[in-house]
Amino acid sequence: MKAPKFSYVRAESVDHALALLDQHGDEARILAGGQSLMPTLNMRLSRPQLLIDINRLDALKGIALQGDRVRIGALARHVEVLNSPVVAKNLPLIAEAMPHVAHVAVRNRGTFGGSVALADPAAEMPACALALGATFVVQSSKGRREIAADSYFKGLYETARAVNEILVEALIPVEKPGTVSVFLELARRHGDFAMAGLACHARIDKGVIAEARLVYFASEVRPTLATRAIAAIKGKPWNDATRDAALAALADDLDPMTNLHGSAAMKLHLQRVLTRRAIDQAVARARAA
Amino acid sequence: MTGEETTEITLTVNGERIARRVRVREHLVDFLRGELQLTGSHLGCEHGICGACSVRVDGVVVRGCLMLAVQADGAEVTTIEGLTDTGEIADLQAAFVERNALQCGFCSPGMLVTAADLLKAAKPATREEIRNFLSGNFCRCTGYHAIVDAVETTLNKRLGR
Repeated sequence: MKAPKFSYVRAESVDHALALLDQHGDEARILAGGQSLMPTLNMRLSRPQLLIDINRLDALKGIALQGDRVRIGALARHVEVLNSPVVAKNLPLIAEAMPHVAHVAVRNRGTFGGSVALADPAAEMPACALALGATFVVQSSKGRREIAADSYFKGLYETARAVNEILVEALIPVEKPGTVSVFLELARRHGDFAMAGLACHARIDKGVIAEARLVYFASEVRPTLATRAIAAIKGKPWNDATRDAALAALADDLDPMTNLHGSAAMKLHLQRVLTRRAIDQAVARARAA
Repeated sequence: MTGEETTEITLTVNGERIARRVRVREHLVDFLRGELQLTGSHLGCEHGICGACSVRVDGVVVRGCLMLAVQADGAEVTTIEGLTDTGEIADLQAAFVERNALQCGFCSPGMLVTAADLLKAAKPATREEIRNFLSGNFCRCTGYHAIVDAVETTLNKRLGR
């Protein structure tokens, strides 16, 4: 189908975009990579009055190491994150996840910020950002504020970003020496939306899991930190008893959505399979390091 | 175009400078097909799944149905017609014919434009990597095996292997 009628403005600056947002509120949509917004327009699932195109705003671009955090500008394209030596060196979890993000042509346009702003429950980047304890910087005409990833993802496509705010960048703590990360995802076809997925970041000392963050996606309405499963493995060696306790606890952390990709029961099963594989791999990586 | 917001754009399509007034809601491939009669870029799903609309914008392959024509203002756009005229993928097209890598042909322009990006990188790729690279392009005749063969043959020839 064809997109409905709308007005279009190419933002000349972040302030320009913010002024338009103030003026039009919820009737306006920010157009970044357009890889999710454009399909909803073409299918007429969305009828905004105004598109504010931010693609030429240099202030929102770039990927750089800033002290002990990596700044990923909201407009950094997936392909730039994929090919970034800064990301490869400092954020191995994201480097491992990137090849799972959509397909070549979509990665050439789609943006990191767009993925985080939309908060699709099956998206990889929100889960990775949450696993690594990222901070998101949003800006309105009143100024900037920082939102911890832990309190950013609220529900299905629902975030702590207000209608008058633009996501401008993510600040992601570098993965410290002595920590390991593992990213796993199951999809019917490479690059398609995940049926189940897990982003894991942990510190494992001599086979004992000292700290871990397990973030599940594609089964829940939002990327979900599995606090009970984490409690079940923290301070424990990774053995059969710990594994059984973690997999049992996971049923209390997750409440999978039944959708086209599978039933709730199947998704919980798949997330358990991924949990086992991910921690096996994390332990192996810690040993090899 | 009553009631439609329009705007002037200037862009380069297949090496030719073009200025037109476009409807702001028109996506790039509708513009290429309807306004410029470049009908090689196809529209399958029109929501970014099938890849039939793949075109090259500023050097990289994108979904032509997920980009507005107005966003291509100032850009350099290359379609399958342009890639054919320059001869950039003449070897790949010959390999497609040789290996019978097209059946109904609907997906072929998108496949070729996408594969052109892989060939442009001029790096060795396994069959698995070729498949992954093309995974965003659907062939509903399901002729994937022959398509991967053709891309693999062309890549290896170019790399002198």
